[in-house]
Amino acid sequence: MTEPLLRTKGLNKAFGALQATDNVSLTLQPGEIHALIGPNGAGKSTLIKQIAGGLAPDTGQIFFDGQDITGLSTVARARAGLGRTFQISALAMEYTVLQNAMLGALGQAGTVWRFFRPVMQDAALRGAAQNALERVGLAGLATRRTAELSHGQRRLLEVAVALTLKPRAFLMDEPMAGLGTDGSQALTAFLDQLRTEAPILLVEHDMDAVFALADRISVLVYGRIIATGTAAEIRADAQVREAYLGQEEGA
Amino acid sequence: MSTILLIEQVLNGLQSGVMLFLMAAGLTLIFGVMGLINLAHGSLYMVGAFAAAAVAGATGSFVLALIASLVAAAAAGAVVELTVIRRLYDRDHLDQVLATFALILIFSEGTRWIFGSFPLFLDIPDALAGPVMLPGGIQYPLYRLVIIGVGLVVAIGLFQLIARTRIGIRIRAGESDREMIAALGVDISKLYTIVFALGAALAGLAGALVGAIQSVQVGMGEPVLILAFVVIVIGGIGSIKGALVGALLVGLTDTLGGVLLPGFFATFMEPSAATAVGSSLASMSIYILMAGVLLFRPTGLYGGR
Amino acid sequence: MSRTGLINLALFAMLPLTAGAALMLDEPFIITLATKVAILALAGVGLNIALGLGGLVSLGHAAFFGIGGYAMGILASHAQSFVPLMETPFLIEGTRSMPVIWLVAVIAGALAALAIGALSLRTTGVYFIMITLAFGQMLYYFAISWPAYGGEDGLSIYVRNGFPGLNTLDPIQFFGIAFVILALALWGAGRLAASPFGLALSAARQNEARVETVGLSPYRLRLLAFVISGAVTALAGALFADLNRFVSPTMLSWQMSGEIMIFIILGGVGRLYGPVAGAALFILLEHVLGGLSDFWHVYLGLLLLLVVLFARGGIIGALAGREVAHD
Repeated sequence: MTEPLLRTKGLNKAFGALQATDNVSLTLQPGEIHALIGPNGAGKSTLIKQIAGGLAPDTGQIFFDGQDITGLSTVARARAGLGRTFQISALAMEYTVLQNAMLGALGQAGTVWRFFRPVMQDAALRGAAQNALERVGLAGLATRRTAELSHGQRRLLEVAVALTLKPRAFLMDEPMAGLGTDGSQALTAFLDQLRTEAPILLVEHDMDAVFALADRISVLVYGRIIATGTAAEIRADAQVREAYLGQEEGA
Repeated sequence: MSTILLIEQVLNGLQSGVMLFLMAAGLTLIFGVMGLINLAHGSLYMVGAFAAAAVAGATGSFVLALIASLVAAAAAGAVVELTVIRRLYDRDHLDQVLATFALILIFSEGTRWIFGSFPLFLDIPDALAGPVMLPGGIQYPLYRLVIIGVGLVVAIGLFQLIARTRIGIRIRAGESDREMIAALGVDISKLYTIVFALGAALAGLAGALVGAIQSVQVGMGEPVLILAFVVIVIGGIGSIKGALVGALLVGLTDTLGGVLLPGFFATFMEPSAATAVGSSLASMSIYILMAGVLLFRPTGLYGGR
Repeated sequence: MSRTGLINLALFAMLPLTAGAALMLDEPFIITLATKVAILALAGVGLNIALGLGGLVSLGHAAFFGIGGYAMGILASHAQSFVPLMETPFLIEGTRSMPVIWLVAVIAGALAALAIGALSLRTTGVYFIMITLAFGQMLYYFAISWPAYGGEDGLSIYVRNGFPGLNTLDPIQFFGIAFVILALALWGAGRLAASPFGLALSAARQNEARVETVGLSPYRLRLLAFVISGAVTALAGALFADLNRFVSPTMLSWQMSGEIMIFIILGGVGRLYGPVAGAALFILLEHVLGGLSDFWHVYLGLLLLLVVLFARGGIIGALAGREVAHD
């Protein structure tokens, strides 16, 4: 087995009496999509926040490419190559779609400390931004204000911004939400080939997408990983069926 | 520095701290419950002082004057809340700052219009005038002692109100989750008006009590307002306890700094330079205190957010 | 040209046209008013870099305005009395040269903004407002209690400072200086807004998490914006002191901070030319309403309240309709 690109070791996070993350150790291997599923309130977003930065675990460590990044800020983790998309879109709403993508390209290029040349005329940044928009199918909306986008389109823009960062690993928090059937199928196909560029830690509610994409699936219940395995293994896991899929079937 | 002078200054610091608490408590409640930054809180302080001075001038009764300060400030607060402030809850802080700054302009110039530019005087009642002998042979103005007492009583009352009463429970609920208490069927806009009027009344009372020591004039509220902001930054937004601790810290630092620092510099500088450096530093001492707190606790001593 | 573009052009042309007309009509007082508008607008342009672009509601910008004023006052008063500022470890003399004074004002304003910003920007929102206000007040009280430069009474300079090749005592020539600086500042602020730095700074105002996630530090972006903003406002302060040939703690007062902010809101938040429109309206109101009533601040307050509650776009917003402020 190759060295994992991303690894958490014994992460714990409690909010008062609530154990939101309970001794979570997981890995993300190069080239794979590792899906994280679990019922609402299982602590998926809390976990992503601890990995991406912004929420410090109570105990435990996070390693990225062999380096301990537990003490690093969100900014430093992004620079190190973690490309995150948010569950609730975090975009500059006054900006056009292109401007949001340019912001990502700007962060990647690291040329923000320039004060005089109009950024929108920078051909290199613009090219990178356009390219990312084309890949997710938003090129036609480049001049649209982000506030006018639908929820699904915002998710795609989140993915596009993450692409401009040329990250070494993606952390995606429910990129399919609000996309509709056609949209999620298109995004599923896109993520399928994206994993060869950089592995993806994917939190997703859309089970069709998860089972179609994931090389491995981890099931999170009450902050704890109760099972990790291939799609077939997870389907067959009695504990998972009881704790999670059972609910789905009953619903 | 003699011990007696030091004790006197400590009492002065307590007195100014307790009055700052009355201001800061209202501000921090209003921020905690409604998420509003209210620059016009100093104007309500001024309204209380003017109402007290006017009523004392007309009736000669200090008690009536104090009641008038509470009523006038609470009424002004309620009116302002109903007409202007409630339109600001959903706005960003910039709008709140500008609109309440506009209110200051209106209140200040309006008061000048009505009462003129000359300061009014509010006399300390005869029963409370003059010094009192404290243990250890310290003479201290009775009125200032009474102020400290009144302030502490109000502080205890406020803690009780918030901890024990139904309205206190609602205030605490409002701080943690606005939608929740709306869902519980509490009339939230009424609650907001009451909280705002309560904060205003506290400010008005402080204005009247302090107005009897200093003069009652337009613009008296803003320096106190800014000190109250320093108190809140130190104590933490939304925390009544933080407001009390912060107010006492600021009151004591301000008063003692002005007395002790020039003396301190005089031990190794020539007298005139020591006075200059000492008094300049003293004027900055509370801000330095604030900067120190910020370095270690950006959300204040008791601030959770 | 878009409607906003036309309005901006008109606003920009308004000042020299007014000053020119006043020159022909031999009304030096009007020229002085136009100069005052240009200088106050410059202060607003400075604050707007922090406020409009960066979303930093600083209620302490009078600190930088006053620091610029005192840079002028201190240097000029030493030149006036022929007493050096400092003899050891090296000699620093006062000066009556505007460019030198401006340089000192800009550097002093930037350093003060660096110190105040580094602390204040550790916090956000309402804390930031209260802290900037408090630091402004700190400098105000310091200026009052420090006796060397006039304390509460302020500092008078008998002759306006000089600029090579110009007669600065001639109102129209001094207006020219102030206007050219304003024009340069507007141009610079426009370039800044469109620059990579501007894109990231403005994004940090809209969504902090987004900026962090692309690997940029909102704190650093904001701190630099705050420093640039403080420097520009200090330059305006130096000019303002030179206009009045007087500097006092009033320039550092929190009311001054509020007024600079009013220029921005009256003109329209997030508009490059907003401060120009706002400062012009403010001075106009001061003289029209001020002539009608001693209590014109009541009307100013009412107007401000109405603008904030009902006309968020300010003057430019009202004139330009619902056109979007950004390109």
